[in-house]
Amino acid sequence: MAEVAAIGGMELGGEPVRRQRMLSLGARCALPVAVLLGLGFVAPIVAIFGYAFATPRSFAVFRSFTLENFAEIFDPTNTVWLSFAWSGGFALFTVAILAVIAYPIAYGLNRVFGRWSSLVSVLFVFPLFVSENVRLYGWVLFWIKNGVLDGSLKWLGLGGGPEVLYTPAATLFGLVYTYLPFMLFPMTLGLSLVPRDLVDAARDLGAGRLHIWREIELPLAMPGIMIGILLTFVLAIGATAEAKILGGQSVIVISHDIEIAFTYSQNWPLGSALAVVVTAFIAALTLFLLGKLDLDRMLGRR
Amino acid sequence: MNTLARRRSNFLIWVWTVFVLIVVYLPIACGALASLSKGRYFGFPIRAFSTEWWGKTVDSIEIGMIVRTSIALALIVTVLSVIIATFGALAFARYDWKGRRLFQKLIILPIFFPQPVLGLALLLGFSAAGIQTSWVTAIFAHLVWIAPVVTLVIAIQVYGFDPSLEEAAFDLGCSRWQVTREVTLPLLWPGIWSGMLFAFLLSWSNFPLSLYTTGADSTIPEWLYAKMVAGYTPMVPALGTMATLGAAAVLLAGGLAGWIARRRQTA
Repeated sequence: MAEVAAIGGMELGGEPVRRQRMLSLGARCALPVAVLLGLGFVAPIVAIFGYAFATPRSFAVFRSFTLENFAEIFDPTNTVWLSFAWSGGFALFTVAILAVIAYPIAYGLNRVFGRWSSLVSVLFVFPLFVSENVRLYGWVLFWIKNGVLDGSLKWLGLGGGPEVLYTPAATLFGLVYTYLPFMLFPMTLGLSLVPRDLVDAARDLGAGRLHIWREIELPLAMPGIMIGILLTFVLAIGATAEAKILGGQSVIVISHDIEIAFTYSQNWPLGSALAVVVTAFIAALTLFLLGKLDLDRMLGRR
Repeated sequence: MNTLARRRSNFLIWVWTVFVLIVVYLPIACGALASLSKGRYFGFPIRAFSTEWWGKTVDSIEIGMIVRTSIALALIVTVLSVIIATFGALAFARYDWKGRRLFQKLIILPIFFPQPVLGLALLLGFSAAGIQTSWVTAIFAHLVWIAPVVTLVIAIQVYGFDPSLEEAAFDLGCSRWQVTREVTLPLLWPGIWSGMLFAFLLSWSNFPLSLYTTGADSTIPEWLYAKMVAGYTPMVPALGTMATLGAAAVLLAGGLAGWIARRRQTA
């Protein structure tokens, strides 16, 4: 990114015409963010790549080159693939469940709630400002034995509540809960791009509800829905707190494996190699899908 | 389509939304209940209420320090990220320059990146550069994630702004600084204001980045996590509820101030 800014910055010199000054101004404005992300995002990722090829269990970064760490990850006797599978599975289910949960709400925010829709939006945004630890811990208090659910059911004389805490299902529940806003808001943005007259025209021409949804609403809202799917998928793949707090570590997810390599087992090269695999996967997916989107149109048309 | 069917489906959408909202706030309510119950262990229904644990939390010197760290961190992150992001948003949405499309895509990448991994990567970077981690390094870590978010928030405002107003001011003989102060900033102010609120609150509630980059210092979410893992104490829901109320107060005050400013402008 620093390169991009540098290329733009070359047009700075001289006393420019208005048009030319626009070019250089843009690059100059991009410079602070570009420097920040160059140092804080690109450089750490380069460091991770460096460590990933270092001798296992050493700190010989950029001084040794070996593929042993990757060999260890892809070794079939190693169970890391299981963590990948759990994370991927959780992420897929999270996306599918969230799409179903969020769609009616996103539709409502655009078409049904009217003057209430800003209040409803704020109510859905606010939990983002409460640490996810606190919210997930609240769920522990809800589901735990003698907790809010179990206690209430007993008090009503209905026996105890179900034992869901510390299972993979609880982890999935936590993921769906945490990432709801990340599906809801892109989806709302996507649905706001569907012109109302188009839907009305189709209806006047006798199209059925399902038909309108499949032929008009869904394709036109797709850019927003895709961002929502991508965002929730990627965030859910990298999540750890849900599996730790609600899942009680009954299943080890991939980010947790990375953490373990960095902390308990003090094997930074192995942790880095795992992080490189996750990063490469996420980057490929994100860049592929983002390449298909026109952000100007999405954010600009309000 | 007949209005009866439409009304029924709208009603169902309302019911669904309210139900989801109740579920969204349920754990926060559970935490608040737990913090107000008397006794060392949590059991439901609550037998006796007391503000004992709130008092203990407020009196704790350790927690006082942690709260101060969190506030200082969030304030500095807010100021820095808003300055960086305002320029970033102009580059994102206002000016036509070479590389803008690429810039737009790249600035989004940190938002799509799993935060625990980003935190670890930053820790690795700090250690490779020989920098000792403390809450000051956490400022930098928060910025990496928050500045792009704030850039997007402000960019939405920039899209709705008419560049010819700036050009008119230039033609009338204003200097660049005058145009910025008298035209650009006032027009972008609503976006900058929401960006500030986002920056403060996202930093205030952040856990994964703080965990790896604060070193020996600790923020509220970190302290809560450490105590959660170590076993139950009612101080966890008490401090968690306080942090939530603090965030709500900031959001309400910020929203109100923005609303008043907008009314005064139009009046």
